[in-house]
Amino acid sequence: MTKITAHDLAKKQKEISVAEFFERNKHILGFGNLTRALITSVKEGVDNALDVCEETNILPDVNVEIKNHEEGECRIIIEDNGPGIIKQQIPHIFGRLLYGSRFHSVRQSRGQQGIGISAVVLYGQLTTGKHAIITSKIEEDRPAIVNEISIDTNKNRADVISSDTVHWDKPTGTRVEVSVLADYIRGKKYVYEYLQSTSIVNPHAQITYKEPDGTVHVFERTSDILPKKAEEIKPHPHGVELGTLIKMAKNTKARQLNSFLKTEFSSMGDRTTNTAIEEAGLEKNFNPKDMTRDQFLALHKAFQKVKIMAPSTDCLSPIGETLIRRSLKNETKEISPEFIITASRPASVYSGNPFQVEVGLVYGGNLPKEEPVRILRFANRVPLLYQQGGCVITSAISSMDWRRYGLNQPSGKGIPTGPAIFLAHVSSTQIPFTSESKEAIADVEEIENEVQLAFRECARKVQKHINKKVNREKTREKFDLITRILPEIAKKTSHMLNKPVPSLDAVITKIMDVVWIEDIVEYEKVDRKPVQTKLPDGSTESQPKQGVITKSRIMIVNYKRNPQKFNLYAIIPKDAIVCLVEPKPSKQTDNYLKWNLDSIPPANKVDIKFELAGLEKGDFDENDLYIENINPTYVIGADKWEGD
Amino acid sequence: MVQKKDYSNVINKIDLVAEKVYNDFKKSEIPSLELPTRSKSNIKFDDKYDVWKYGKNMTERSAKSLDGAYMLLRTMYMTDFIKEMIKVNKSSTLREMYYISEGWDLAKFHTQDESNLLAEDLEVITGCMREDFKLRPEEDGARVIGNLTIEEVTRNNTKKKIHCQDDVGDAGYSIPYNVEKEKITIKSFDADFILAIETGGMFDRLVENGFDTSSRAILVHLKGQPARSTRRFIKRLSTEKNLPVLVFTDCDPWSFRIFASIAYGAIKTAHISEYLATPASNYLGVTPSDIENYELPTDTLTAEDISALKSELTDPRFQDSFWKGEIKLQLKLGRKSEQQALAKYGLDYVTDKYLPEKLAEIGMTKK
Repeated sequence: MTKITAHDLAKKQKEISVAEFFERNKHILGFGNLTRALITSVKEGVDNALDVCEETNILPDVNVEIKNHEEGECRIIIEDNGPGIIKQQIPHIFGRLLYGSRFHSVRQSRGQQGIGISAVVLYGQLTTGKHAIITSKIEEDRPAIVNEISIDTNKNRADVISSDTVHWDKPTGTRVEVSVLADYIRGKKYVYEYLQSTSIVNPHAQITYKEPDGTVHVFERTSDILPKKAEEIKPHPHGVELGTLIKMAKNTKARQLNSFLKTEFSSMGDRTTNTAIEEAGLEKNFNPKDMTRDQFLALHKAFQKVKIMAPSTDCLSPIGETLIRRSLKNETKEISPEFIITASRPASVYSGNPFQVEVGLVYGGNLPKEEPVRILRFANRVPLLYQQGGCVITSAISSMDWRRYGLNQPSGKGIPTGPAIFLAHVSSTQIPFTSESKEAIADVEEIENEVQLAFRECARKVQKHINKKVNREKTREKFDLITRILPEIAKKTSHMLNKPVPSLDAVITKIMDVVWIEDIVEYEKVDRKPVQTKLPDGSTESQPKQGVITKSRIMIVNYKRNPQKFNLYAIIPKDAIVCLVEPKPSKQTDNYLKWNLDSIPPANKVDIKFELAGLEKGDFDENDLYIENINPTYVIGADKWEGD
Repeated sequence: MVQKKDYSNVINKIDLVAEKVYNDFKKSEIPSLELPTRSKSNIKFDDKYDVWKYGKNMTERSAKSLDGAYMLLRTMYMTDFIKEMIKVNKSSTLREMYYISEGWDLAKFHTQDESNLLAEDLEVITGCMREDFKLRPEEDGARVIGNLTIEEVTRNNTKKKIHCQDDVGDAGYSIPYNVEKEKITIKSFDADFILAIETGGMFDRLVENGFDTSSRAILVHLKGQPARSTRRFIKRLSTEKNLPVLVFTDCDPWSFRIFASIAYGAIKTAHISEYLATPASNYLGVTPSDIENYELPTDTLTAEDISALKSELTDPRFQDSFWKGEIKLQLKLGRKSEQQALAKYGLDYVTDKYLPEKLAEIGMTKK
């Protein structure tokens, strides 16, 4: 046997380029099989398009087209109306892995690592040998640039094969065209589901999808308001790893430890900084660049010991209940569900990373009754299509008992069965995915708790909705009795006896013996004068074109034998603008109107009206009413007010 | 000739119902009507008539509930309709009234059972009879064969004498829906007892075998659960001519109820038991004991049969030792049988052997 020396080995040892690594490990990025490859390619393109539009305050118009070539090769075209990309950057963005603008920032966004779209280009090159064609237009009155690029996997660099200029109708935008080996027949259904789901959580985006056979699906934009811009925040000490801490210290401009901590991290005020330094046994005038590993370790440990304020949650951009509801309503039109209920949690924190959970529930209609409920999972507005079983959203749902909400669930565990769709959206600066392919959220206790709390709230609302329905049904019978049958009896007997028809008021009051509250919600189309509307991010914008005024009328009838005096609350959506209210409310806040009603004599009626602007038709289709200072069992149509 | 019936009393009683409801309105009370509870739990033995009648438990039909309000409204429509019929001297069948209610808007009935029940309720409330309301049943009465002469006032207002053997075919004399004195008179008879038979097959067997002549019996076909007119006819024949009634049915819980409705009064019509029930009735067979004694072919009791038998064990009408013993025996056997099962021993067995033995058993005839 020949002896192999270290020198021999050294001849074989060389740098592996990142591109080469992924060439061999393409499953890690979601190109594991031909179906996945198709969806991942579409997804990466769409994610990029949405991110860039939002970043530049443009309402996204995204076109997706798939041309199905024979022998399993698909040509995928994704086009957006974003700002375009300057010529020099095109080969970097599409031809270099790990190149991007978002990796270093702590902010909620879809893509982060800068792998996505270049991986698609690389995958296409590896499987079809064809080059990607990138078209970009950055100014309205200039031509677009078309680049054909390929990736040199050894150098992790793109080669521009050809560059040309063309005329493009769009003012600005980017168009990516890649050929990839993929199974369109199998993947077709998932592409549709992915785009539909994307549309649900991105109501501000218009997505058009053209299938190979020419069929066009349009996922309509249901909101003209761009999501609140996620603020960029500095890392929170609880979320930083030791290595990162050391790296940050090496790169900082600060010359003293205390100013390093205060300027490079969030939630680090004077007092917290000093306590942390003290706890670590360090001095505040240490130069961070000169600190030892042990000193950093002590500091890192001290971060966990001292009390540090939770990071600011401004960096998150949740969708909001009204928009989730509207999207779900729009996408489930054909199912005609019985109700759609949403709930959202306040922002919370895990390991120094802010996150927020929003959920929605669609129930009834034509949804299958015998199948497990459909779970739509989203992370930062991106649908999660695979590994449902390994996701914290699924385990949170499975560990709740859904049986009392009209769903089947043997032994009260597992995914319930019944006519429902569950939606959960987790937004965070750092979604803890289980793997690089970003298909499932890891089992983080804080997130699981929040998902459960959100669904509990949703379930409570479902229960309330059902109770209200049953109660109304019962009372409606009585209503029928007093409005139709009783007058008939009186009429008939009087007729038989040739006597005048007696008054029924007293008898009706005795039969009903409740305070009856009924409401109607109507919509009126209005040509809106540009109304100054406050946007969630604090800026103002004038509402475009036609609008809808949501008109709510509440009728209160006292069918009790005694006069009744009580307070009524009507919940209003946060995004609504309250216009006319009659009578004048005694109190008005962001989420309710309150009336201290005058005493209502028996058999008397009170009408309340209010109008809401800033909502679409159907955003608000049922009043949520509460009463105070009256025995709640006396009242049909409103629940007890439990406080703000 | 036939005298015209005076309906003013009926109209008064009907108006009282409307007045009760009207006055409730005037007094700001929730309108309601009270009537005896028409259920098994509320029938009591009436010593005066020897029949079972409704007890003291009352049910309130109140406009407080949707069902009660509908009942009141329908009652008003029905009474109005009856008054109208009296005024124009017309009558209608219960089924016709059900169809007429189609035009009653909110008060219309959904099934004929509903309208039949309400007609009975109205009898109970007013103390009138269905005939007073000019309502008659759909079903014709049953058939009679025997040495008996009936005089019937026909539709031409002439009196016609009918001998129930000589003047009728093998199907017998058909009992009309009205068997009151203004319609039929029992002229003459020559018989020892009335035999009421459940099934048409057995009635025809006895007719073919000449049982009416050989045993001096008046045979009455019940046609299952007997109509009011059939029960009333048996009642009149039995009391006016002092004839005992023997009931011959299948051997199952439903047949026992047929007997009870003839002998004790039916639960549904307990308000007029004294008109319809014949206390001097005896159950001849087929008894559960007969199943064993005559080794009759049988069927297994169904779940419904069993629950009906169990319900009879708590029915106040079946509390004597004979019925308790027989019902318990049948539950033990788990079997039921039919009258016609006697044909196992030949077509003449029922007339030659079974009936004579049974008659002797209860001391009716010479062996």
